Amino acid sequence: MSVLVSSIINGDNIEFACEPDETLLDALRDRVGMTGVKEGCGTGDCGACSITLDGALVCSCLVLGAEAEGRSIETVEGMSDGNVLHPLQQKFLEHAALQCGICTPGFLIAAKSLLEKNNDPTEEEVRYALAGNLCRCTGYDKIVRAVLDAAKQMRKA
Amino acid sequence: MNKVFLWGGLRPAAGGAEFVEIEALTIRELLRKLAERHPKLETLIDSEIAVSINGTIYQDDWSKKIPKDAEIYLLPRIEGG
Amino acid sequence: MGKDTQLTDRVFKSVGTRPMRPDGIDKVTGRARYGADHNMSGQLHGSILRSPHAHASIKSIDTSKAEKLKGVKAIVTAKDFKTKGITDPDLLDIIDNCMASKKAFYDGHAVAAVAAVDAKTAKAALKLIKVEYKILKHVTDVDEAVQPKAPLLNNKCFTKGVDPTPDKASNIAKRSEFGHGDVAEGFEAADVVIERTFKTGQSHQGYIEPHACVASVGPDGTGELWVCTQGHFVFRQQCAKILGLDEAKLKVTSSEIGGGFGGKTHLWVEPVALALSRKANRPVKLVMSREEVFRASGPTSATSIDIKMGVTKDGVITAAEAELRYTSGPYAGSWATLGAMTSFACYDLKNVKTVGLEVLVNRPKTTAYRAPSAPMAAFAVESMIDELADRIGMKAIDMRIQNAAKEGTRSSYGPVYGPIGIGPTLDAAKKHPHMSAPLGPNQGRGMACGFWFNFGGQSCTDLNIGSDGTATITVGTIDVGGARASLALVVAEELGIPYDQVKAVIADTTALGYNEMTDGSRGTFASSMSAIQSCRMAIADMRQRAATLWEIDVDEVVWENGHAYAGESGLNDSNSNHPPLSIADLAKSADKTGGPIAGHAQIVADGAGVSFATHICDIEVDPETGQTRVVRYTVIQDAGKAVHPTYVEGQFQGGAAQGIGWALNEEYIYGEDGRLQNAGFLDYRIPVCSDLPMIDTQILEIPNPNHPYGIRGVGETSIVPPLAAIGNAVSNATQVRMTHVPMSPPRILAAIHAEAASDD
Ligand code: FES
Ligand code: FES
Repeated sequence: MSVLVSSIINGDNIEFACEPDETLLDALRDRVGMTGVKEGCGTGDCGACSITLDGALVCSCLVLGAEAEGRSIETVEGMSDGNVLHPLQQKFLEHAALQCGICTPGFLIAAKSLLEKNNDPTEEEVRYALAGNLCRCTGYDKIVRAVLDAAKQMRKA
Repeated sequence: MNKVFLWGGLRPAAGGAEFVEIEALTIRELLRKLAERHPKLETLIDSEIAVSINGTIYQDDWSKKIPKDAEIYLLPRIEGG
Repeated sequence: MGKDTQLTDRVFKSVGTRPMRPDGIDKVTGRARYGADHNMSGQLHGSILRSPHAHASIKSIDTSKAEKLKGVKAIVTAKDFKTKGITDPDLLDIIDNCMASKKAFYDGHAVAAVAAVDAKTAKAALKLIKVEYKILKHVTDVDEAVQPKAPLLNNKCFTKGVDPTPDKASNIAKRSEFGHGDVAEGFEAADVVIERTFKTGQSHQGYIEPHACVASVGPDGTGELWVCTQGHFVFRQQCAKILGLDEAKLKVTSSEIGGGFGGKTHLWVEPVALALSRKANRPVKLVMSREEVFRASGPTSATSIDIKMGVTKDGVITAAEAELRYTSGPYAGSWATLGAMTSFACYDLKNVKTVGLEVLVNRPKTTAYRAPSAPMAAFAVESMIDELADRIGMKAIDMRIQNAAKEGTRSSYGPVYGPIGIGPTLDAAKKHPHMSAPLGPNQGRGMACGFWFNFGGQSCTDLNIGSDGTATITVGTIDVGGARASLALVVAEELGIPYDQVKAVIADTTALGYNEMTDGSRGTFASSMSAIQSCRMAIADMRQRAATLWEIDVDEVVWENGHAYAGESGLNDSNSNHPPLSIADLAKSADKTGGPIAGHAQIVADGAGVSFATHICDIEVDPETGQTRVVRYTVIQDAGKAVHPTYVEGQFQGGAAQGIGWALNEEYIYGEDGRLQNAGFLDYRIPVCSDLPMIDTQILEIPNPNHPYGIRGVGETSIVPPLAAIGNAVSNATQVRMTHVPMSPPRILAAIHAEAASDD
């Protein structure tokens, strides 16, 4: 038996039906069509499926779709403001912080969540805040630089 | 006349020789003549050979011209990641 | 503005700049579509049943119960893959690996597959399939597998490459040998000779995107395959053969790819998805779980290497010899061959001999992983160089410089080198501030060199000029990490138009001729060569059109800066009464001068230049726990010509990070039962952000004479030195020689304790 879930996804009221044991990751991808949320492991180890749920950073593969009832979800699809990219998105592009890009949505969400709490992180703080996200292509160097640069720009704004 | 060196794996099929001398203008001609002379080499040539001409490795371009007195080395085909 | 290369004296306008990539926006907004992001109408869910045993013969498979389950639309086993008429042994191995026929060769080997209306039903159906196994003795360790009494994987495996062919079967599939000179004589001449055995664990490419595809085959044999792959043309060719389809009728579209590093050069589930689809006559989507990726898609080889090297007290290496044993999984490969070829390639050696043994074991089929086989061999060789230098009281860098291969050196794998970059990377390393920076307590510094061949192969590209003068370059080699940006730069350079007026697209298999995979660092090298030729064809055509418009001879038309000029002196000819024509001008009148403007090339891009790198790293070791920390890391590598330096740096950094993971942590761990115990990212731990420092890079540009812009491949060499560089750094910090990768804390601790015990 499916359950009907209503939540706010990237600011919009969305209703979807999912199985009671279906992960929020699967529900977002297969029911809502938000394929910007990626699956790298399904076990909470890679962070590719990162979203925020009522402002808290979570792995959507570790949350049930049904748990999203009445809650607010943010995914990479909701990051830019109309056609203006979020500074993190912009800086990821400028610094070439992505190669294949499969990890990018997760990194962007995790980095945004960090900068909301700490707008002036050190390199080490960035590294620890992003330690739940795996990237196999970049060696993280350019990702860390992009996040630090975005933080700087956001402080100025 | 070109000296054509064979990597270890090919030598048994060429009667143990480390190299053979062959006159050829292109890689294709070289491989054809080599197979004529050492028929046992033919299947190896078909499936698993790369040709180094003066240090540059060719895996497919059998029309490549062979400069006079070039050093030719037959190698296994290389796979990459 | 990019700088000149010695090769062409050419001042580059676009090549060498760092613009944003054209596919970037889609990737930071979640719009880019990867393997699992595609769906077809009415698609079924595919799922695979895998052997829980490391080695077992398959007595019978009963699918009758599963077939009766509501919602199950197709089940396939090895019976559904016809091998009659297929003679290519590699293809037969691929088929057997995709679906085990007589034996399950490893924990995770596919034995049956189901397509059902949803995931739940598919899973339930798998449970209803009854497989009767006869469990056989297994062997997963490379050194155990070569023992005469070891369990045999294949009783028809008679070692190739030995004369005469042995009459007794063994797990050694092939022996290959390289070298020159007389090593016995060389060792005689040495003042110091060291012999050691090195071992490396089996690592996985670890791409974050699991394999995924959507397959659709109709009853008329027309099909489509959407797939994350490093080479959709190769996949088409192989899948068509396996399924008995016409290549022309199978359209393969490469999705965006979430990392591959060699692992996506190989078919794992795609033929199964196609077979299920054909049987069900519905599209089938098949996505591997992370656990399946580890258990059943190809990791690298586990290795064991015996090595012996001799040196005079002045630092001349007089002889070097190695036997390299590489696992290839259950099927023969050429992994040890590559190890044997690359091992001593950095050095100028009078006497050298390497022997490679391909060893069959009950592990997943080995597949290419970035500069396949070279890192393990380099671990052994570069560790030895350090130790030898230490023994004769010479600095390791000086000994490397003294023995480095140069133009004219006979390489250890045979051919004589042309111009190469090992010397310059070493000189740069010696001058690098990292080399002389002070070290903290418990810290050690190590360095190592690495070599990779690079290659080119078949490429086919189209260039089309729009009516507004913008250009589309269509290529058939997929973009793993910025190739579209690089190709757009090359086309902008060649045509003389701005970068943002060029769009690079990856075509599906119906739109272009055959293209090889993006592997062997060939993507940018080969596609750019073909793209340049396409551009030159279009330019020739545009010059002709300008001549027609001006009613002059084509020889009087000069092409410069994206414009046709009348008169031989081109740009500077102010007397010309024909104002120059831009590409946009020519495009505007194309309908009156012969129709659309286009260029095309189909080439074999042979002549990729060999590539060398030198890495330096500092490691801190906690002597109590064996815990390590990478303090500083520097990569110096020859790129030939860096088309987009930022992405070249990215390749250097990414490869180094993978090598660091392999050196310190990553390893397949098998239990007594032959089952993989760490098939997940929690236990197979790849480096995370907090494990690494910034990775400094220095790009050298020693042009490749075989490419019009001097480009070499850059993708692979960066993974070669790290194992040894870190091994040397840890050895330097602990004063104990590390011989076993990964250097996990317990292993480092054990080595420290063993050394202390032997000192007592
Ligand atoms: S898919 Fe959720 S953490 Fe990997
Ligand atoms: S860019 Fe490929 S995994 Fe991060």
